[in-house]
Amino acid sequence: MTLAFLAIAFVTVAAAAVAMALRNLIHSALLLVFNWAGIAAFYLWAGAEFVAFSQLMVYVGAVSMVVLFAVLLTQRSPQSFREQPDSISRVIGALLVGGAVLGVLFGAVLSSRLAPSAATATPTISVKELGSLLMGPHAAALLIVGVILTVTLIGAVIIASTDHAESGKDES
Amino acid sequence: MNAAFLATLSLELLPAQLRDMVTGWLPEPWRWLVNSILAIAVILASFGLLFAYLTLAERKILGRVQNRPGPNRTGYFGLLQPFADGVKALTKEDIVPRGADHLLHFLAPVALLAFSIMTFAVLPFGRNLVAVELDAGVLYFFAAGAATELAVFMAGWASHNKYSLLAAMRALAQLISYELPLLLSFVPVIMIAGSLSTQEIVHRQSGWMFGFVPQWHVLTPWGFAGFAIFMTAALAESNRSPFDLPEAESELIAGHLTEYSGFKYALFFMAEYFGMCALCGMAVTLFLGGWQAPLPFLEFIPSYVWFATKMLTLLLGFIWVRCTFPRLRIDQLTRFAWKFLVPLALINLGTTAFWSLTSGWTGGLQIARWLVAIALVVIPFQLIGRKLSAGLGPRTYRYA
Repeated sequence: MTLAFLAIAFVTVAAAAVAMALRNLIHSALLLVFNWAGIAAFYLWAGAEFVAFSQLMVYVGAVSMVVLFAVLLTQRSPQSFREQPDSISRVIGALLVGGAVLGVLFGAVLSSRLAPSAATATPTISVKELGSLLMGPHAAALLIVGVILTVTLIGAVIIASTDHAESGKDES
Repeated sequence: MNAAFLATLSLELLPAQLRDMVTGWLPEPWRWLVNSILAIAVILASFGLLFAYLTLAERKILGRVQNRPGPNRTGYFGLLQPFADGVKALTKEDIVPRGADHLLHFLAPVALLAFSIMTFAVLPFGRNLVAVELDAGVLYFFAAGAATELAVFMAGWASHNKYSLLAAMRALAQLISYELPLLLSFVPVIMIAGSLSTQEIVHRQSGWMFGFVPQWHVLTPWGFAGFAIFMTAALAESNRSPFDLPEAESELIAGHLTEYSGFKYALFFMAEYFGMCALCGMAVTLFLGGWQAPLPFLEFIPSYVWFATKMLTLLLGFIWVRCTFPRLRIDQLTRFAWKFLVPLALINLGTTAFWSLTSGWTGGLQIARWLVAIALVVIPFQLIGRKLSAGLGPRTYRYA
């Protein structure tokens, strides 16, 4: 059981590390997808079937496409990548942002109290219970997430459509 | 218990008994492992054979429709044709473009095939025949299916050919557009069945109305609409005609498969047929009562025979559609998905909610329930259909 967890953790972290080291952005993006699949495997290991399959469907199926399209549409020739940073201020900014995110995540992980029996007892929650929990006590959170996603979607459509109209005017 | 029933029971349990004969002598801790390997082997063998003969059936039927005999030189009635094709694909030269990303070029067909085979794990082929009983089986099926998009992208990008990449983008646009109606069309089934487990969904469709009408989901207004949307989206998801733009042979050579040859091309082909079989199997499970018999007195036929019959019927329907309809244009294709199928699928959710809330109605109210549900299905279909086809009019073909 622990061995399986260690294997999953190693593969997931290794995928992320290799993704950062590679120069080819598409390879990195595909390894990132692999990393997400590893997280899904971890959920499966932890007995959270529903979350694992949702993770696969949303991240491996949909978000991966967004990432790959973004990389393809913004990528210039491989030669245009510079290995040296532009200026000292950029380096400091990057380090500050990265350090802040790391600090927040570390603080959150360290300050969250874990139940001591979490590792031994495998919780078995059926999809039905999960659904009634989501629709009952956590309905507000679900609704807020739904509203945010809808607003994002409408915003994306508006940006895309106005952009299209302007470019049409330019051509004519 | 009469003799006939006993005979049925033994036929019904035949796969399990055969399995126990093979693995029964093993010590208990090893048995589940060998059982799983056996299940995988049987699924791979039977669907591999089905793939081989499906290609032959397709070529034969297409030939019939187009007034030609189809393949008839290899073996009697062309029955050995799939194997000849297999040997040809295996011995063909495997050409990889010089600028291609060798690893991804190799991985794309492998990943595609692996993901499409994974979907077979949760299909209930018979009363006791399901490889993995998952609580979230339907979700697993579509999660494994969603990953195939990644393989299409890998194939297009790794070929280092701008036409391959453009075609992969088109294929992805189609796959993502039709993923939505596909997912939305099975949600009503989950709402009514109250479970994501495939076996549970089949069990919910058991029983008879008036003693002889099966209670399959397809025989309800929302189920019929859902089935129609599901099959249309399934056609598009498996790149079948009339939605086969990604690899339109006559216009695009083969789209994202342009730079693939030999056995890798055959693997793509195989994955396409496996995906088609899996989606048809899912349609049977969700809407056509799974492995249940269509009439009470036909229950003596084993359940897996019924599943196979229904799935083959749907597959032959796919082939029939292929030789009947012309190919769509890309703009027609995406418009059809976003302006027609998605709204209808969303309205169907409402219809199903009505159906589920009024399950207690009896007598005259029962008739009203059916009428309202049918109206909720037919009126939006007519309205949206007329709105979309307004101004396009019936086209008159001359010189043809």
